[in-house]
Amino acid sequence: MIRLEHLTKVFNTPNGPVRAVDDVSLELPEGEICVLLGPSGCGKTTSMKMINRLIEPTSGKIYINGRDTDATDPIQLRRSIGYVIQQIGLFPNKTVADNICVVPDLLGWDRKKTRARAAELLELVGMDPAAFMGRYPKELSGGQQQRVGVIRALAADPPVMLMDEPFGAIDPINREVIQDEFLRMQQALRKTIIFVSHDLDEAVKMADKIAIFRSGRLEQFASPDRLLANPANSFVESFLGSDRALKRLRLVRVAEAMLTEFDALRGDDPHARGKVVLEESGLPFAIVVDENGRPTGCLAGNAEAGVDAKVGDLARPVRATISTDADLRLAVASMFAQDMPVLPCVDDGGRLKGILTYRSVVKSLASAEARE
Amino acid sequence: MSEATTASVQVQKSPASARWVTSIRTPVLVWLVIALAVAIWISLSDMPAEILTYREDIIYLGGQHVELVAWSGGLAILTGVPIGALLSRPAFQRVSEALLQGFNVGATIPTLAILALSMTLLGIGTVPAVFGLWAATLLPIVRNTYAGLRAVPQHLIEAACGMGMTPAQMFWRVELPNALFVIFGGVRTALAICVGSAPLVFLIGAGGLGELIFTGIALDELPMMLAGAIPTALLAVVTDFTVGRLQYYLVPRGINPLR
Repeated sequence: MIRLEHLTKVFNTPNGPVRAVDDVSLELPEGEICVLLGPSGCGKTTSMKMINRLIEPTSGKIYINGRDTDATDPIQLRRSIGYVIQQIGLFPNKTVADNICVVPDLLGWDRKKTRARAAELLELVGMDPAAFMGRYPKELSGGQQQRVGVIRALAADPPVMLMDEPFGAIDPINREVIQDEFLRMQQALRKTIIFVSHDLDEAVKMADKIAIFRSGRLEQFASPDRLLANPANSFVESFLGSDRALKRLRLVRVAEAMLTEFDALRGDDPHARGKVVLEESGLPFAIVVDENGRPTGCLAGNAEAGVDAKVGDLARPVRATISTDADLRLAVASMFAQDMPVLPCVDDGGRLKGILTYRSVVKSLASAEARE
Repeated sequence: MSEATTASVQVQKSPASARWVTSIRTPVLVWLVIALAVAIWISLSDMPAEILTYREDIIYLGGQHVELVAWSGGLAILTGVPIGALLSRPAFQRVSEALLQGFNVGATIPTLAILALSMTLLGIGTVPAVFGLWAATLLPIVRNTYAGLRAVPQHLIEAACGMGMTPAQMFWRVELPNALFVIFGGVRTALAICVGSAPLVFLIGAGGLGELIFTGIALDELPMMLAGAIPTALLAVVTDFTVGRLQYYLVPRGINPLR
């Protein structure tokens, strides 16, 4: 757990004192990611660097798991906190293994143990230890350097990590991949993480809590969903952007938004039953499933047919389905792209679990707002 | 960034053998041409035989020469690197530029003048000679050490500090290794200057191969002069080659543009 109490930093510049961080208080529970977000010069990086005492606060207190950081030797404190910087900062004179083992070596761990740890961490991010342990940073791609930078911070298994725009220097595609990889690792590791970013999408994706800063002051500290639903003031609102409703799509899972009470058709149902189902639901399509409950087609309301036609003969193939674990952003994207106003939602076995319509998306966003 | 990428691509693409060939080809050609010229010269003239009559002098004075270079060069490294390192520390930031300017002005004084000054202070013999050569050799080492340490990217220092290194650990584990290539460059230049200036110390009574060169000039005795000049030249080449090899093998591969 990390607690900041009335944290203030005043820098004395030639143009007079500047309050870079102004009376910031927040409390982050153990195992959560807190993203410090704001425009450049808002004090987010200064706040982060005060936690491992790279910058000494002018006033205020910082507690890590209940311990006052002022009472801890700064060198020992920093060794107990994982640290990732934007430029990655791998030491070019050291091999990948030696880079990963910097902090364990400083702590005087047994060499065999630390190199085994390095190999284990490399495997965790999908890099073959045999190939990479002995390489130098200049022999790695940007994405590989970034991964090594992150696992270096994890090497001594610190309970707390500070990350200063750790994925900032990487192209958007690789950034997504590394973010996902990191979130997967975090699910198992449950580190308490302070994460500085200026990218709202990254913050919404990574954060359990978002702290929005403006010129040294903490404007709002809340979960991403709550933040997007209820911005505390006009600054936060304009910072989040007028498309914040769309950003919330990422935070809602398909399973939470889909309609579960609906009638699915079978291929051998008569067309007449199809018509009834369509009329009752008021939807443009009805989903047709096979005997295993997998969606095979969709029946449109305007399908012309004779009296004894079967639904299976008239249904068009399903162009897209969505996993119930996916987020609404993906679901809506696929509804737009495939022109599927009724999107079948399936489980891991491909069985139909629910359907998603535009109305159900809107309703789920509204109900999330109501939850607050 | 793009430079770094191309460099890494080159490193990955060229196997060790190919690199070896490209690095060796040019010198080999030069050496072959030189060897051929020397062979023709030896077979056509009696000069080599005349030069070899000074064999004992060459060995004795050559030994003296090497000793002078070793003392002055060694002392210059032992003092120059710490001075450069000290000047690069934040505490010295204000005075370091001024001091380096002072060193630069000092470097414009010709070696001969330094030797003359050193003779006025310390008399004649080995001690003033070593002192004069040391003073002439010092600057490139101090300057490169300072520049190399200052050029270590700030984010490496921040990373090192943020991971809990003490200032001493930051210096020995991060700053110095990353400056090593540039420091070696300074040592190489400095030793070249040292070997080249060493013949002059004969003028203040310290011996060395300069004795054969200057006496040969004074007596208009060409073989005697060459008996001093050729070993001096060879010594310079061998020294430069040796330091170059040391630079190649001692600087870690990750920061060594040669490997």
